[in-house]
Amino acid sequence: MPDALQNGEILAQEEPARAEKGTSLWKDAFHRLAKNRLAVGGGIFLAFMVALALATPWLAPYAYDAQDLDLGAAPPSATHWAGTDTLGRDLFTRILYGGRISLMVGFAATGVSLLVGVLYGAIAGYVGGRTDSILMRIVDILYALPFTIFVVILMVFFGRNMMLLFLAIGAVQWLTMARIVRGQVLSLKRADFIDAAVVLGYSRRRIILRHIIPNVLGPVIVYTTLTIPNVMLLEAFLSFLGLGVQAPMSSWGVLIKEGADVMEEYPWLLLFPSLALSATLFALNFLGDGLRDALDPRAAKD
Amino acid sequence: MPLLDVDNLRTWFYTRNGVVRAVDGVSFHVEPAETLGIVGESGSGKSVANLSCLGLVPSPPGKIVSGSAMFDGLDLIKAPLPVLRSIRGKRISMIFQDPMTALNPYMTVGKQVMEPLLVHDGMNRADATDRAAQMLESVGLQDAAGPEARMRAYPHQLSGGMRQRVMIAMALVTNPQLLIADEPTTALDVTVQAQILELIKQMQQRLGTAVILITHNLGVIAGTCDRVVVMYAGRFLESAPTRDLFYSPRHPYTRALMDSMPSARMPGEDLYTIPGLPPELTSEIAGCPFAPRCAHANEICRRRPAMLQEVARCHTTACTRVQAGEL
Repeated sequence: MPDALQNGEILAQEEPARAEKGTSLWKDAFHRLAKNRLAVGGGIFLAFMVALALATPWLAPYAYDAQDLDLGAAPPSATHWAGTDTLGRDLFTRILYGGRISLMVGFAATGVSLLVGVLYGAIAGYVGGRTDSILMRIVDILYALPFTIFVVILMVFFGRNMMLLFLAIGAVQWLTMARIVRGQVLSLKRADFIDAAVVLGYSRRRIILRHIIPNVLGPVIVYTTLTIPNVMLLEAFLSFLGLGVQAPMSSWGVLIKEGADVMEEYPWLLLFPSLALSATLFALNFLGDGLRDALDPRAAKD
Repeated sequence: MPLLDVDNLRTWFYTRNGVVRAVDGVSFHVEPAETLGIVGESGSGKSVANLSCLGLVPSPPGKIVSGSAMFDGLDLIKAPLPVLRSIRGKRISMIFQDPMTALNPYMTVGKQVMEPLLVHDGMNRADATDRAAQMLESVGLQDAAGPEARMRAYPHQLSGGMRQRVMIAMALVTNPQLLIADEPTTALDVTVQAQILELIKQMQQRLGTAVILITHNLGVIAGTCDRVVVMYAGRFLESAPTRDLFYSPRHPYTRALMDSMPSARMPGEDLYTIPGLPPELTSEIAGCPFAPRCAHANEICRRRPAMLQEVARCHTTACTRVQAGEL
């Protein structure tokens, strides 16, 4: 027994040491993030929304296109928690299905913008010179391209396709990200520690990935939290043009648009989808702010 | 055989206001394990001369117009980038003036000391971690919470002196043959300066590293260097063993520098300053660059180029009047 006890003690002593061993930026950031209640709340809420979206086909009380024309637009009740729309379709079901689309568009397009925008901007800013000029002129040209026409052309060539929608939105969103990152990198490039990295014989690739990008994460995260709502609203706009989600399928943006048209007669049609969208965006912002603080070692209180 | 042999190096900057001759024909060499001091005012080209050797002069506008820098049989000036990269941080390292900004704020110091090992020595993480921890200990980075905590500290948690120790650890962790220390103590408190210089000296003795110490502080030179060269307006004016330079400075500029040291004056006495300003480097200087400020300059000084010539054993100076025995 004493032996076992000793072992137990040793384990108990080793455990915290091992937990603290995480020295990577991300592990440290995660520890700090876990202490931020708002951010954790936001994260849990988002995870909950994602889980809902994934489980929608099993959770939804009705089919998203099941109409009850006799009922028409009915206020919230025990049978229809969020009421029904003008065609008698259950709004709660439609919000669930709409969330699938909106979250998917939001995350996918933002993912594209993050991946492409950050790398592109970092390379343009760090390499500089002619490479920078050429890369940024390409961005300028794409900026000048009218978005609607761009999407219409895509649709004409490739047909209607959700993946295409993600790509199209992502393809526009990365431009601003690239500009922001490039600007940050230009000032960072003059930093002594980047010179030090060059003097230590590190490759460009290593300097960009390991020294430059971690240092621009703050602004990147802030901009990302702004991008997601932007993207969701863009999707609503495209759907309104008939280029995005097709009726009877729906998204939050479409539901809000439809609700806004009839808000004087049936306010719940605007209220509930807006609530879903704003709650998600709030959660995103809290998580984003928390992440930004957590990723900056200097902001840590210890 | 010298470790580094720089010959007739000229690094010019092609700016909108004309060609700045930041380094204009300097030659020097560093023997293995010795310490060479390069002293000069701000803008005299001492940093640029060393950056040129590592291919670190921003180009454009900078251009190495002529010269060679032989390092172990290889001309660093002509070496292609991949070769230079394999030398930087591995065989020649550098530490910077301001340790507050020369460390990556987003990386723990442990990671930063490990990185050269991972890049240059192909070490695995476990070995590199051990070696980095050892190195941090030997540069005297202290942490009450133990060596583990030392590795995990972020730069902002350390004082200036401690950060400079981390820089030294990073620079020396790969056992380089040459360390270029560019004003390593300028940004530090006076009390810490001495500690850092002592540390560089200790590490140098332990590892057999040659050091080029760039500074504008003659006091720093006196305590650490074997040989000194005095740089002014992109050229070398004098070169001598440290003792000789301090006890018998030959060049009027060197003498003026010595006189400018506050310790050379009695309390209450006005401090000595050299009249005038260093010359504009955008126009070609025909004679001795110091002539316009020199109390002993004559017509010849202003017209005839001044070349380094030996005036005593191992002691060279570029003053034509000293060479002629007139001063």
